[in-house]
Amino acid sequence: MDYQTGFFYLFAALLLFAGLRVITARNPVHAVLYLMLAFSQAAALWLLLKAEFLGITLVLVYLGAVMVLFLFVVMMLDINMDGLRKGFWKHFPLAAVLGAIVAAELILVLGAGFPSLTANPDAPGVGINAADYSNTKVLGLLLYTEYLFPIEVAAVILLVAMIAAIALTLRQRKDSKAINPGDQVHVRAADRLVVLPMAATQPARPAAAATPSEEVKA
Amino acid sequence: MNITLGHFLTVGAILFTLSVIGIFLNRKNLIVLLMAIELMLLAVNMNFVAFSHYLGDMHGQVFVFFILTVAAAESAIGLAILMLLFRNKSSISVEELNTLKG
Repeated sequence: MDYQTGFFYLFAALLLFAGLRVITARNPVHAVLYLMLAFSQAAALWLLLKAEFLGITLVLVYLGAVMVLFLFVVMMLDINMDGLRKGFWKHFPLAAVLGAIVAAELILVLGAGFPSLTANPDAPGVGINAADYSNTKVLGLLLYTEYLFPIEVAAVILLVAMIAAIALTLRQRKDSKAINPGDQVHVRAADRLVVLPMAATQPARPAAAATPSEEVKA
Repeated sequence: MNITLGHFLTVGAILFTLSVIGIFLNRKNLIVLLMAIELMLLAVNMNFVAFSHYLGDMHGQVFVFFILTVAAAESAIGLAILMLLFRNKSSISVEELNTLKG
């Protein structure tokens, strides 16, 4: 048993354990953290499969961005989990049996269905074990030549998603006090300071008018 | 004993089944539903990468790249809708999503 086999079993066991905890965790924050563990183990498995670019992308994009977004949302919401988990353990045995059947069938069909590919895995690869083989370079060449139009569609999808997320969650607060930067920039001196023309000397006021104002001052 | 394609497909199959029963069990909790969908896409991506490696065909990895893109967009919009739902209903229970009387 070489080290690659040992690492495969380690990563796979951690991945499946984390996946199980994602769906059974009581606390949604714990579920998100276990999901991060699952994605990191999947990235490690992809590295074992020599898909370096996708493994690193999974860590950067998923652990770094999407999971943090999940964590933000989970922490922002005040979720009452008890009502949401009603009937969880009541349905658990049925779900476990159904899941076991589905998994067994999938494993029988997929896991044992490709014997011709298991004997010599590196033979069909185009120089995948060569010293100067670069997964990123091959992927990039493919993406920017053959898949040029799909990658632009993907970029548009991301743009649409960004605009949609902003448009959905944007709201005007009624109680917020904000200054308009445009007005601030275009202000002139005359708007701030007004010089009132006044006579240098005031006519003497009647005594009756002066007395109440002095009382107010006192 | 070498690691074969069947090993990776088995991991993918178990992960996919886990997320399916996760959707079944947590069908009231929208945020766990979103997480189970992410896990499902991860299982599918695992199959794509495994086939791509063992067949020596890079097109599978290109497909994974696009699935990652769409999954990121989907989770962003899903979380935005979740925020909107919580703001209006003060709850993320799927059972309260009956405004349309469908």
